Amino acid sequence: MSVLAYLIPISLLLGGGALAAFVYTVRSNQYDDPEGDSRRILSEEWDDHPKP
Amino acid sequence: MTAQMRPAMAVCPGCVAASTEAVETAPTEAVETAPTEARLALSLPTIHCQACISKVERGLNDHPGIHSARVNLTLKRALIEADPEVRADDLIPVLADLGFEAHELDLATLAATQSDRAGRDLLMRLAVAGFASMNVMLLSVSVWSGASDATRDMFHWISAAIAFPAVIFAGKPFFTNAWSALRVGRLNMDVPIVLALVLALVTSLWETSLSGDHAYFDAALTLTFLLLAGRYLDYRTRAVARSAAEELAALEVPRAIRMEDDTEVEVPVADLAYGDLILVRPGGRMPVDGVIATGESELDRSLLTGETLPVFAAPGTQVSAGEVNLTGPLVVRAEAVGEDTSLHRMADLVAIAESGRSRYTSLADSAAKLYAPGVHILSALAFVGWYLYTFDLRMALNIAAAVLIITCPCALGLAVPAVTTAASGRLFKKGMLIKHSTALERLAGVDTVVFDKTGTLTTGTPQLENLEVFTRAELEIALALAEGSSHPLSRALTAAARTAGIAPADVTDLQERPGFGTQGQYMGRTVRLGRAAWLGADQGSQTAAWLDTGEGAAPRGFLFHDALRPGAAEAVAQLHAAGKEVLLISGDTTAAVEDLAQRLGIQKWLAEALPEDKAERIQSLSDRGHKVLMVGDGLNDTAALTAAHVSISPASALDAARVASDIVLLGQDLEPIAEACVVASKATKRIRENFRIATLYNVIAVPLAIAGFATPLIAALAMSSSSITVSLNALRLK
Repeated sequence: MSVLAYLIPISLLLGGGALAAFVYTVRSNQYDDPEGDSRRILSEEWDDHPKP
Repeated sequence: MTAQMRPAMAVCPGCVAASTEAVETAPTEAVETAPTEARLALSLPTIHCQACISKVERGLNDHPGIHSARVNLTLKRALIEADPEVRADDLIPVLADLGFEAHELDLATLAATQSDRAGRDLLMRLAVAGFASMNVMLLSVSVWSGASDATRDMFHWISAAIAFPAVIFAGKPFFTNAWSALRVGRLNMDVPIVLALVLALVTSLWETSLSGDHAYFDAALTLTFLLLAGRYLDYRTRAVARSAAEELAALEVPRAIRMEDDTEVEVPVADLAYGDLILVRPGGRMPVDGVIATGESELDRSLLTGETLPVFAAPGTQVSAGEVNLTGPLVVRAEAVGEDTSLHRMADLVAIAESGRSRYTSLADSAAKLYAPGVHILSALAFVGWYLYTFDLRMALNIAAAVLIITCPCALGLAVPAVTTAASGRLFKKGMLIKHSTALERLAGVDTVVFDKTGTLTTGTPQLENLEVFTRAELEIALALAEGSSHPLSRALTAAARTAGIAPADVTDLQERPGFGTQGQYMGRTVRLGRAAWLGADQGSQTAAWLDTGEGAAPRGFLFHDALRPGAAEAVAQLHAAGKEVLLISGDTTAAVEDLAQRLGIQKWLAEALPEDKAERIQSLSDRGHKVLMVGDGLNDTAALTAAHVSISPASALDAARVASDIVLLGQDLEPIAEACVVASKATKRIRENFRIATLYNVIAVPLAIAGFATPLIAALAMSSSSITVSLNALRLK
C-alpha cells in the first residue's frame, strides 16, 4: 500500500494542474469569441508567420 | 419607427453568454491612451464566416487612422482602436463597400456588459467545486469498496483537507445569501443548504478524528457543485438576455447637433443644457423637451401618444423628447434636458404601477417557503428522537446530518434554472428575449392579452388605400410631387404608384415646403400635394395627403391606413384559438382603432386612451382576477406594461418601454407571441414535474435517513440520480 504515498500526491497535482490551466484560460479571455476562434483557424492569413 | 430591427441577433444563447465578458480590459486601456486613441464599436449583423472576418479586418486596418480592428464573430461586432478624429460614420461606408451592413454601437452603454465579473466569479467557483468533488469522490469510492483502518482514516483526512477550503471558497454565494436572509429574520432556499453543508463538514470531521466509518465530505462537495451548476445556468440565461437588451440600447447612439455661433457641433445628449439650440434633421428624434425656434415641419408623435396623424410644427410649438421630425430641419431651444424631460416624468406613473408587480412570488420561492421549515423540523426531530432513544450524541448528530444532506434541495435548485434555460434558449431562437427571471412562469398563467395599436399591431408605416379612385393623369402629377419629398406619406404614395406602373409627369420648379407639402409647375399651372389646411381641404379623421391639380377643382385626398405588422393577424387568431381574451387599447382616434379592430377580429377595443387610462384599465382587469399580458411599444404604454402581470415590447419600441417590459421581441414578426404562451405553460408544467420528482426522491430516502440506514453511499446515489433525472426532464422541452 506504500505506493499510495506517491499516487495520491501525483493525482492531486495533476488535477490541480488542470484546475490552474482552466483558471488561466478564463482570466486571459479565451472564451470571449468561441465562434470566431473556431473559424479563424480555417483562415490562411497568418499561416506562414504569426501576426505581428 | 426607424429603429433597427434585426432578427439576425438571434444567435445561440450559449455563445452570447460565454462572451459577455468581451474586452474586459478595454476601459482601463482606453483611459491610459485616451489622448491619442479612440475606441469604436460597430455591430455587424450579417457576418458569418472566416472569410467575412478576414475581409472586415483587412478592410478596416487599411483605412487611414485605424490602429487595430478585431472582429468578434460570436457577438457579431467589430472593436476598433483608432485616431481620435476617426468617426464611425466614416467607417460604415467602407464596410458597406465590402458588402457588410454596419451600425454604430454606443460603447458607454456596452461598458455595463463588459464589466461582468459576477459570471466569471461563479464559473471559477464551479470549477473549484468540480475539481474538489471529483478528487474526494475517488477517495470515497475506495472507502466504500472496503478500505479500512489506517487507510480509511488517511483517505478521510485527505478528503477533509480538500473539502474544507473548497467548500469555504465555492460555497460563498450560499453563505452570503443565507446570512442576508437570516439577518432580516427570513428563510430562503440557501438556509437549509448552508446548514447541511456546515453540519456535514463538522460531523464528518468529528467522525474522522474518532476513526469513524462514515464521512460526508463527498456529499458536501457534490452538493456544492450541483447547486452552483444550477446557479450558473440561471445566471447565464439572464446574462444572455441582458447583453442582448443592452446591445439594443447601444444601437441608439445618444448624440445631438448643437448650434454654436452658427456652426454645427455634434455633442453627446448628456452634455446638453437648458437654453441650448439644437438642430434636428428630418428623420431625427427630439433629444430634449423644448420649443421650436426656427423651421417648419411635421412631427410624428405616435411613440408618445399613439396618434398616427402627423402634427404640424412651426416656431413656438412645444416638442417633447422622443418625437420624430418628419420633413424640414428644425432648431429647438431646450427647456428640459436629461432627467427633467417628459420621457423621464413618465417614470412616476411606472413607479406607481410597479407596486403591483412585486406581489408575485416565483414557484421556487413558494416551494422554498414550504420546504425550508419542513427540512429543519424533520432533522431536529430526528436528532432529538435518536438522542432520547440512545443518549448517544455522536450517533444522533450523524443521523441529523444525514437527514439534512438527503433532503437538501439539490434537485430543487436545478429544477427551475434547468427548465428556464431550455425554454429561454428555444424562444431566443424564435427572436424573443426573456429579460425577467420569472417572466416565463407569469406568461404561463395569462388569460387576457391587451395590445397597443400604433407600432405594435401596426408597423407605423402608412399604406395608400384609394389609389384606384384617381385618374392616371392625377396620379402622374401626384407621383412627380411625392418623389420630391422624403415624408413618410410621400414615400408610401411613391411606392404604391410605382407598383401600379405610373410614370411621373413632367413637373418643373419642384420645391418642398417643410411642414406643408410639395409644389411645382405643370403645364403652366401650380400643382400642390400636402396637408389639408395648406390646400384648404377638410381634414377628416383618417391620415391623408391632398392633391391640388391647379384646375380649380376642390383638392382630393389620398387616404392612408397603417400597415399591419407581419404575423399580427396570425398572433391574434392563435390567441383567440387558445381561448384567451384579446383587447385593443390605443391612444389613437376612434375611427382608426375601430377599423383595425374589425380587420383583426378583435371585439373589445378602447380608443383615445391616455397613459393613465391604459394602466387603470389593466389594473381593473387584474382586480377582477384576470392575468393580463400587455404588448406595447410607446412611451404611453410604459405604465400599462409595468402594471400588467407580464409584458412584451417589440425591439422598435423606445428604450423606456423596453426597460419596462419582461420580454422583448427582436424580429418584426408578432407571431412568436402565441407560441411563447404555449412554451411558457409547457415550461411551468415541467418545473412542477421536477418539483414532484425531487419530492418523490425525498419521500423514499428520508425514512431511510431517519431510521439510521443512510450511509454516505446512499446519500450520494440519491442526490446524483435525482439531479440527473431533473436535468433530463428539463431537456425534454427542446
